[in-house]
Order: sequence, then C-alpha cells, then structure tokens
Amino acid sequence: MIRLENIYQTYPGPSGPVQALRGIDLHVPQGQVFGVIGRSGAGKSSLVRTINLLNRPTSGRVLVAGQDLTAMPDAELRQARQGIGMVFQHFNLLASRTVYDNVALPLELSGMDAAGIRARVMPLLDLVGLAALRDRYPAQISGGQKQRVGIARALANRPKVLLSDEATSALDPETTRAILALLQQVNREFGLTVVLITHQMQVIKQIAQQVAVIDAGRIVEQGAVLDVFTRPQHATTRSLLDEVTPQALPESVLARLRAQLNGRAAGEACVLRIAFAGDAVADQSLLSDLVRRFGVDLSVIHGQMDEIQGQPYGALALLLRGSPSSLGDAVAHLRNAGVSVQEVSDV
Amino acid sequence: MFDVFTGPMLELFATSLWETLVMVGISGAIASLLGVPLGVYLHLTAAGGVLQNRPVNGVVGFAVNAVRSTPFIILLVAIIPFTRLLTGSSIGTAAAIVPLTIAAAPFMARLVETALREVDRGLVEAAQAMGASTRQIVWKVLLPEARPGIVAGITITLVSLTGYSAMAGAIGGGGLGDLGIRYGYQRFLPEVMLAVVVVLIVFVQVLQGAGDWLVKRLSHK
Repeated sequence: MIRLENIYQTYPGPSGPVQALRGIDLHVPQGQVFGVIGRSGAGKSSLVRTINLLNRPTSGRVLVAGQDLTAMPDAELRQARQGIGMVFQHFNLLASRTVYDNVALPLELSGMDAAGIRARVMPLLDLVGLAALRDRYPAQISGGQKQRVGIARALANRPKVLLSDEATSALDPETTRAILALLQQVNREFGLTVVLITHQMQVIKQIAQQVAVIDAGRIVEQGAVLDVFTRPQHATTRSLLDEVTPQALPESVLARLRAQLNGRAAGEACVLRIAFAGDAVADQSLLSDLVRRFGVDLSVIHGQMDEIQGQPYGALALLLRGSPSSLGDAVAHLRNAGVSVQEVSDV
Repeated sequence: MFDVFTGPMLELFATSLWETLVMVGISGAIASLLGVPLGVYLHLTAAGGVLQNRPVNGVVGFAVNAVRSTPFIILLVAIIPFTRLLTGSSIGTAAAIVPLTIAAAPFMARLVETALREVDRGLVEAAQAMGASTRQIVWKVLLPEARPGIVAGITITLVSLTGYSAMAGAIGGGGLGDLGIRYGYQRFLPEVMLAVVVVLIVFVQVLQGAGDWLVKRLSHK
C-alpha cells in the first residue's frame, strides 16, 4: 500500500546540512498497523511526513496505492492527499471551529455540499463517541477528546491510509490506551492501513503488527512485532524495549544472586535469561518439565510475561541448580522448544 | 465660561464629529481592504511560509516600512499631487482620506502579519495534509484562526487614525482636531479645546471597547 524507495532527506542546518533520512526503504502492506519507533531526532517524524510529502525528500520515490506521489504535479498531489488521513501529536484542531466544523473541514476543502457533509460527519462523531459535544470548541474539551476529533477529521475523506504522528504522546496512559483502541477499531472496520510513529514501545505492543526501528535516519531493524520483541537484534531496539521488557538484570538482583551462588562449585548452577513467544512456556508447562525430567532446581528470579495480539510472550531470568550434565540437558531442552536462551555471565 | 456652547457652536461640534467619523471610517475601511491582503501576502512569502519567497518579501516589507517611517504630516503634503488625481482636489475631507488610507494600510498590514504569525504552524500543516490549496489555507485556516487578532489590529488602526485625522485639518480636512486648533488655539477658546479632547476621549473609548468586545466574542481560545 505504501512503498518508500531509497529516501534521502537533507535539511540545511545551522552547522551545515543535516541528514534526517539516509536511504529508507519501507513497504507497508494493505490493511496493516505498521509501527515506526525511534528516539527523538532519529528521523521518525521526517519519515511519516514523507509519506504524504509534507516533507519532500531530497531523493527517492514515495508510492501510495501504486501512485508515485513524488512525480505528481501540485493539483494531483492535493487530490492524492485527500486519500491519506493524518493525526498529530498536538491535535492541530482549529480553535475557531466547533468539533463538528473541525471534522467537516476536509470535506469543505474537497468541495462537498452541506448536506453531504452532515451525512458524513454525524456517523463519524458517533464512531468516536463525541456526538454530544458537536457544538463545543476545542478549548472546551479534554486532550483525549481532541484526539478523537483529530481521528474523526482524518477519516472524513474516507482515506485508504492513516498516518499517526505521535498521536498519543501528549496523552496520559489511560487515554493513550483508549485512543489506540480506537485506531485499532478503524483499522479493522475500514481495512485502513495505519502507519504510526511513536517513541513508546507500549504503543507498538498494543496495536502494531509490524514494526520498524529507526535510528539516525536509517531503519536498523524491522519485522513482526512478536519477533522483534522476543529477539531484538539491534542495540537501539533493545534499549527501546527496555521500557516494556527489561533487557538486563537490575544490579540489586545480580547482587542477591552472587550471594546465593557464593561457594557453589562452578558448573553446578547457572543463570539463564530466556525469551519466548507463543504458548510454549505459558501452556506447555515447559518450566516444570525441566524440574521433572532433568531433576534441576529452578527459581524464577526476575522477569515478566505479557501478551502481544493475544500471543503470550515474556522474558524471564532463571536460576538453575543441579549437576553439570543435567543443566546442559535443561538448556538444550529449552532451545529445542524454541525458546531463546542466553546465559547470564556477569554473576 | 461655557457660554460659547450656543446653537451654532454645537452644530459645529456635530459637523466636526461627523467629519472625523467619515475620515476614520472610510480610510479605516479602505486601509483594511488593502492591509489585510498585504499582511496575508507578507505572511505567506515570509521564511517558512506557504509561498516562501525571500526577495519578494524583502521588497514588499521594505515598501511597507518606508511608508510607516514617513511622518504623517510629511506624507500628507508629499502626496498632494496623487490626492488631487484621485479626488480632484487637494483640500477637504475627501482629500484627507487619501493620505490617511495610505498611512494606515501598511500599519494594518504589519498588524495582520503579526496576527497570522500567531496561528499555529501545525494547523497549516494539517490543512496541507488534507490536500488544501494555498487559497483554501488562507480562507479556511489562516484568516478564521487569526480573526480575533485581526479585529484587534483594526481597532488599533482606527484609534491611530483618529489621532492622524486631527492633522488633516492642515489640508482643510475638518474634523474634531481641526475644530480644536481653529477655535481653541487660534481664537483663544480653551473650553472648546477641552471639549474637543473630551469628545475624542469618549470616541476612542467607545471604539476600543467595541473592538475588545468583538475580539472576546470571536475568540474561542
């Protein structure tokens, strides 16, 4: 649905040109919720603005629904932009217009008559749950409600693509969840392709199917969310993941471990960090297998389990004690079950 | 002391007030018609604007500043040939409207430009993302969002014009200022001077009050 080909973007900066995007290639399939995550300044905002050419790249091609936007004359580009909705971090609602009139704006711009606008706006206000507030001004509603107006407005022209530029970054966690649920709902109901930019893994975790990690203008890692969460490859990904699943054991836990292990013969205990997705650990009693079949002592010392799109995933730190051979067998058993196993060496 | 305020003098006050109203009203209206588009143009061509154009912005900006830095009394006499061309005369109320308009339009343009600069850039970006043309951005986003600021600017312009219009007496423009100078100063009737000042104070208060009320009504921030 969206294809970015070899996108470079250079801005003139105070100390020479700044390269915001350095060779981005991206393909977003139809109907997906595609997340792009990165730290501030990584280029993610430049990236999402490239998709509707609010940022014209220095070089490269942008294709949306098979049309090359970069090759379009102005009038045609404006037409194409009507098929790409956009939601902003700071909502960007017109203070001089009511909720209703804000949602009506894109329709006015595309030349629809008042009756047509009414028939389009009222169901959208119902969808986002703001029908009762239609005559309020943006200054009179909450942040979450403003973003609902922003989403309704972005949907008004019945776009095929919805771009979300940090849509939840200015909202509290509870409102964030509600707004993300709304985005997920429109993705499912209208088959809308959603590209969302965020710096919060929590957002990716809740609704994205695919994720691309951007760092210093390049995509450093990309894949299905579950895979990236359980087997992060790049250092940036791991550090971003740290906020939802801690990637290393806290110093206090390590200290306690050291005390416990003190005096034990090397090879009779080991600390493992396992990461897994799917039902291997949750449903197939993999951990109790270790105890039953290999006779090892097992304690879970740190970690977390959660769910992504209904799939359990988690990362746990285990302390195993037993004979060297049984420990080896236990590790092999875990690996065979498709669990990623790392021995924690700094204990 | 107040025995000068007889029928003919009151009539003179009424005529002068009317002349002031005509001068301020008409030049204010025309200056707004010229100044608002000029302010919009300055804003659009400024750095980061939708029609960013450094050279054009520089030239227009310079012309605006040049007129604004010319003292009004000099502008008044300097453009007499132009005034005569437009109104057929270089003296009278109609003739005073020409320099008043020319002085007020660039002033207005700068105030409008400032009001437009207060409109969040994100709103323009949102409109662009919706596929808005430049014309639509101006009419649907910039002007409505800046309306309170523009009305405040028009109010300031009208108050300034009231002050300038007192100088229009120099070319026979009439008005309250002229009345004050001719009767209060030249004929030694300080009570007339005082009365003129009081009427002008009330006039400006009403103007400013009406402007503020309108701004408050239009603003939904």
